[in-house]
Amino acid sequence: MRSSRSVTAVALASALVLAACGGAGETPANNGGAKSGEPAPGVTDTEVVIGSHHPLTGPAAPGYSKISVGARAVYDYINDGGGVNGRKITYKVEDDGYNPTKTVEVVKKLVLEDKVFAIVGGLGTPTHSKVLDYLTTEGVPDVLVSSGALMWNAPEKHPNTFGYQLDYTREGKIQGKFIKEKLAGKKVGLLVQNDDIGTDTQKGLDQFIKDQIVERKTYDPANTDVTPQISALQAAGAEVVVCECIPAFTALTILTSLKIGYKPQLMVSSIGADPATLTGLVEQFAKQGGTQVSGGALLTGIMGTRYLPSVRGASDPWTEFFKGIHDKYIPQEPFTDTMVYGMVQAYTFSQALKAAGKDLTRQKLLDAMSSGELKGPGLTPFAYSKDDHAGYTGALVFQIAADGSVNTLEEAMTTDTESGEVKAVDDKRPTPQEVKLVG
Amino acid sequence: MLNKLPPVVVHLLAALGCLVLLVLLTFAADPFTNLRIATVGYYLIAVAGLALLTGFNGQVSLGHGAFMFIGAYTVALLVKRVPAFPIWADLLLATVAGGVAGLLAGAAAARLRGPYLAGATLALAVGLPAVTQRFPELLAGSNGLSFTVNSQPAGLVGTIPSTQWQAWIVWLAVLLALVVLANLARGKLGRTLRAVRDDEVAASLAGVHVGRTKILAFLVSSACGGLAGGLQAFLLGTAAPGSFTVALSLSLLAALVLGGLGSLWGALWGAIALVYFQVWTDDIAEVLSLRSDISDNLPLALYGVVLIVVVLAFPAGIQGGLRKLWVRVRRPVPSQRGEAS
Repeated sequence: MRSSRSVTAVALASALVLAACGGAGETPANNGGAKSGEPAPGVTDTEVVIGSHHPLTGPAAPGYSKISVGARAVYDYINDGGGVNGRKITYKVEDDGYNPTKTVEVVKKLVLEDKVFAIVGGLGTPTHSKVLDYLTTEGVPDVLVSSGALMWNAPEKHPNTFGYQLDYTREGKIQGKFIKEKLAGKKVGLLVQNDDIGTDTQKGLDQFIKDQIVERKTYDPANTDVTPQISALQAAGAEVVVCECIPAFTALTILTSLKIGYKPQLMVSSIGADPATLTGLVEQFAKQGGTQVSGGALLTGIMGTRYLPSVRGASDPWTEFFKGIHDKYIPQEPFTDTMVYGMVQAYTFSQALKAAGKDLTRQKLLDAMSSGELKGPGLTPFAYSKDDHAGYTGALVFQIAADGSVNTLEEAMTTDTESGEVKAVDDKRPTPQEVKLVG
Repeated sequence: MLNKLPPVVVHLLAALGCLVLLVLLTFAADPFTNLRIATVGYYLIAVAGLALLTGFNGQVSLGHGAFMFIGAYTVALLVKRVPAFPIWADLLLATVAGGVAGLLAGAAAARLRGPYLAGATLALAVGLPAVTQRFPELLAGSNGLSFTVNSQPAGLVGTIPSTQWQAWIVWLAVLLALVVLANLARGKLGRTLRAVRDDEVAASLAGVHVGRTKILAFLVSSACGGLAGGLQAFLLGTAAPGSFTVALSLSLLAALVLGGLGSLWGALWGAIALVYFQVWTDDIAEVLSLRSDISDNLPLALYGVVLIVVVLAFPAGIQGGLRKLWVRVRRPVPSQRGEAS
C-alpha cells in the first residue's frame, strides 16, 4: 500500500511541476512567426530541394500514387535541360498512406531533416489540413496543394499556402449552370461525399438548380455499399445524378445503377472523372463481384468537368508536350489524366521558381506565386494575387464517347466562389514554346 | 544492495536514470530525431499496456488502436474546448478516458475467449472511428481535428527546439506510467494475472476472482492506450479517424510479438522496431531506386518478412533472443534467479 501511495505522490509532484506552464489550448504571447529574410533552406547554387506527401500505399493510393510519378518525370526533364536558373530540382516524396498522423510526421521530416525549400502539391484535405498551421509557423512555402477545399485560400491566416486545383464550390456553380441550361427541367439527384467536398459543392450547385434537385444523398468513403443511396435517387425519379465522388465511388455508382436497372445521366466532378482510371476501376470492381463488364461501354455518355487538358481529348499542344516527356522518362507507366495532373503541377511550380529569380528566397517564391503572372498548361486562369490564393478558377464540361475519347460540350468557363457570374474564359493559354523552361 | 530496496524505489530510480539519459540523448539529437524519440515513447506505452494484457494475462486485443483513438480525441477536444487546462491535466484525462472505455470493453471481454475476444476487440477498432461521422460538428467528421498545443514554458521557448521539449514531456509521462506498470507486474496483481492466464480454474480455486482480474487487466492496459493516444495528439497536434485504422491495432500487436511477449522490455524493442523499421526500409527502397509500384510497397513487405524471420528464429521475440544470448554469455554462473528472500 505504501508503494502505491508514493507512486501517486511522485505523479502528483511532477504534475505540479508541469502546471507551471499555461493552458494547453492557449496561444503563447510571443510566437516565432514566419522567418523571412534568413537564407533559404534547401537552396544552394546548384540545387533546390522540395518535398511533398502523397498516398503511395493504402486506400487512396490507386490512381493518386501516379501523380508524383508524373511530377518526377517533369523535374527530370527540366534537370536534364540544366535546371531552373541553374539549379537542379531535387524532389522528395514521402508516403503518408492518406493517414493524417503520418502526414504530420513526414512533413516534419521534410522540413526538419531534409530541410526542404518548399512543400509542393501535398495531397488530400484530411491530411494536408493537419500541417497547415505547422508550415505557416515555420514559414515554409506550401504551394499548389492537391485538394479542392476552400481552406487553402486564406492569405491572412496562411500567407504561405496556395491552392492548385479547381475548388468544389466553383465546380458546383459551373455544373449547376450547365444543368440548368442544357438539361433544363430534368429532375436532379445528388450523391456527394460526406465531408467538405459535399458541402462546398452544394453551395455552388444550389445557386442554379436548387428547385431542380429532388434528392440529396451522401456517402461515407469507408462504406463501399451505395445501394441505399442509389435506390433513393431512383425512387425520387432523378433523371440526372450529380456525383461529387472520388474515383472509387464514381465507379461504384456506375456499377450499382447497372445492378438495380437505373439509367440516369451522370455528371461527375473532376476529382473522379478520369476516364482511364474509371475504366480500370469499373472492370476491377465488377471482377471482384464475379462479373465481367466492359468499362468502355458503361462509361459512354457520362458527363464531367475538368480544368486540365485530357489525354483522351482533342489534340492539345500541352498533352503532346507532356506525352513527349512521358515517353522519354516513364514509358512503362500508363499515360493518364491523373498523371497529367502531377505533370502540370510540377511544370507550374518550375515556372514560379523561374520567375522567383536567380537570387532565390522563400519570400521571392511567394511573390512570384501571387504576382498574377503565372500562366500555364491549365484550361482556365489561376486566381493568384496578393489577396487571393485560390488555384484554377473554372472548368469545361465534357462527355465520354463510345470509343473512349472525350468530347467538349461546353468550352471552359470561369467564376468565383461567391455569387459572381459564370462566364467564358477570355485569357489565351500560352503554348509550351511560349513558357518553355528548357532549351 | 539494490535488492534490499523496495521495488517501487528501484523502479523510480531506474526511471529517473532513464530520463536523465534521454534528456542527454535529446541534446545530442537533431530536432527531427527528437520527434522520432518521442514517437518511440508513445508507441512504447501503448505496446507495454498491451504486454500486460496479452503477455501477462493472456487476453488478445486486436482493438488497442481504439483506446488510442479515445485518448487522442480527449486531448484534442480539451485543447480546443477547454484551452485553460494545462497539458498534464489533458493527458491525465486522456488516460482516465482510455481506462473507462477499457473497463466497459473489459466487462464484456471477460466473458469471451480466444477468437471471440479477438473478434469483439477487432469490432471496437473498426467501429469506433466511425463515431466521428455521427457527430461531425463536435468531432469534425473524416477530416478530424487539428490544433496547436502550447506546453513549453515561456522561458524555454527559443532556447530549445519544440520537438526536444515534446520528447521530454512524452518520456516523462511514459516513464511514470512504466513505473506503475512495472510495480503492478511485479506485485500481487502480476501474480494473479499470470495465474489466471495459466489456469483459470486453478486460479479461482486459489481464491483469485477471475472475472475481476481480467477486467482489471483490460482497464490498466487501455488506460495505457489512452495515454499513448493523448501523447500522440500532443506531439502531432492532430486527431483524425484515418489515423486509427485496424492496421494500427494490428501493428501494435505485431510490435509486441516482435519485441517479445511477457516482458515490458519487449515493448521497448517493439516500439523501436515500429518506428525505425519504416525508416530503414524507406532508405533501402530509396537506394535501390526501383519501379514506383515496387518501391512504394517495399517497406511494408520488408516489415512482414522481418516479423516472420524473428518469430521463426526467436519465438519469444527480440527480448527472448537477447535473454538467450545473455544466458549463454553468463553460462559459468549456474543460476541467475538469485532473489533475496
